[in-house]
Amino acid sequence: MSTLDVITAGPLTSVQDFGRFGVQRYGLTPSGAMDRLSLAAANALVGRPLSAPAIEIGPTKTVFVARGGPLCVALTGALRFARIGDDACPLYRTFTLRDGDTLTLDAARKGVFSYLAVAGDLTGHATFGSFSVNARAGLGSPYPRPLRSGDRLAFENVTSLPDRSMIPPVFGEGDIRVVPGPQYDEFGKSAEIFCNSLWHISPTSDRMGYRLEGPALTHAGNFNIVSDGTVDGSIQVAGGQPIVLMKDRGTTGGYPKIATIISADLGRFAQTRPRHTLRFVAIDVAAAQQEARAFHALLQSLPDRIRNSA
Amino acid sequence: MDAESNRRVFALDRALNNMPVEGVTETVPTYRSLLVHYDPLKLGFSELSDRLLALLDQPDIAERASRHWRIPVAYGGAFGLDLDDVAKVHGMSPDELIQRHSAPRYDVAMIGFTPGFSYLRGLDPAIATPRRTQPRISTPAGTISIGGVQAALQCLAGPSGWHLLGRTPVRTFDPQRAPVFLIEPGDTVTFQQIDAAEFERLERLAEQGAAVAELIA
Repeated sequence: MSTLDVITAGPLTSVQDFGRFGVQRYGLTPSGAMDRLSLAAANALVGRPLSAPAIEIGPTKTVFVARGGPLCVALTGALRFARIGDDACPLYRTFTLRDGDTLTLDAARKGVFSYLAVAGDLTGHATFGSFSVNARAGLGSPYPRPLRSGDRLAFENVTSLPDRSMIPPVFGEGDIRVVPGPQYDEFGKSAEIFCNSLWHISPTSDRMGYRLEGPALTHAGNFNIVSDGTVDGSIQVAGGQPIVLMKDRGTTGGYPKIATIISADLGRFAQTRPRHTLRFVAIDVAAAQQEARAFHALLQSLPDRIRNSA
Repeated sequence: MDAESNRRVFALDRALNNMPVEGVTETVPTYRSLLVHYDPLKLGFSELSDRLLALLDQPDIAERASRHWRIPVAYGGAFGLDLDDVAKVHGMSPDELIQRHSAPRYDVAMIGFTPGFSYLRGLDPAIATPRRTQPRISTPAGTISIGGVQAALQCLAGPSGWHLLGRTPVRTFDPQRAPVFLIEPGDTVTFQQIDAAEFERLERLAEQGAAVAELIA
């Protein structure tokens, strides 16, 4: 049995896959990786299904120690220094952890989340088809909560792979694209202000939601609506301040939603660091669906982008 | 938040369930709208809209026999911190408030926000109470509360701006139990007052996976 032992982990570090679906009608949110493209890239590098569970690692310093047989792993996502012992370890490239090796990820310098995938089966069990951690609901495997010091992730059927790499895949750039939200019309002039303003991501952001700081918005109903459903990327406005609902969102909400970040741009948005500035640009649903198809095509192409780097 | 809008939401939800549309992944019924999640790789927005509008026009053939649950509740004291204050606001005794809260047969208008959080329609207007100006950061698992004209049956601990009347040992969501979710949107519930000793007894049974809610129809 080969294991990865957690020595140090920040609060945003947890096992995630593409999420659990079909039970939002009971209030259980899908959860899943904040940046699906980076998760899928890590899985592709180690020969796993694109949506397999891997370790989503937050922006603070994180340390693992490998135990048992060698583990072939790959690290993707946020730009940061990583090393095995004292040797620098590249991103988007497979490497091997031997018994006793320490893998250290320094704090992220650009981006928020890293993904560490292992060429082997993570020991655990799926709930509603997913290993993804949803701490509030007490779901996720092997631990139904974020990882912390002392945790041990066990892997079976580990395989070794040749040294191989991938040019980091990129989807979209610049402004984050949105489609109008279900209560868009109730914002009047504020709808324009929303798209013409610079927004900062608040440091209080987490897997449930990213708060945005910027101009105050107004709503015809004083920010109250009859509760309705939410989706990943819904931008709800409570008391004038927008909050982008992320993977651990509530499935319904009583605040108006001005816009929705298109699914293809949500991972890129999730990787935007607190205090950074961004702008939104509105597109129509047909254009958003075209982007969803292009994003899906990029995901599917990941295994073909791998090069042996001997 | 009228009953008719909610009824139409459930009718559309049932119609979609009976005649599935390829590409629809799941639905979330709420007070007056049905959220339809779909896969844009399989289904375009306008095509889906046309299909849904056609379903709306069909007669509601499949009226589901909704289930009726009796939910035990320990009211007041440490179980319901706001019971006395809410009674005072309405110029009634705590016992009358309990009686008025436990009398109706409520409709589970929607389940959302957190797992198993059931929004109930049918609160006696005489005890409708505006939400608290200062929401609480944490309220206990099983909280039974009212806010405005709504009532709620909450499963997990969490923040709330509603008034806490009591607690139930019933877990509408328990990932270790089969079924994981006890109550369906569209079911109905009635509350039954229990004392602290009975709460403790049922709480221990619930910990071992018992439903402790009684299915009465």
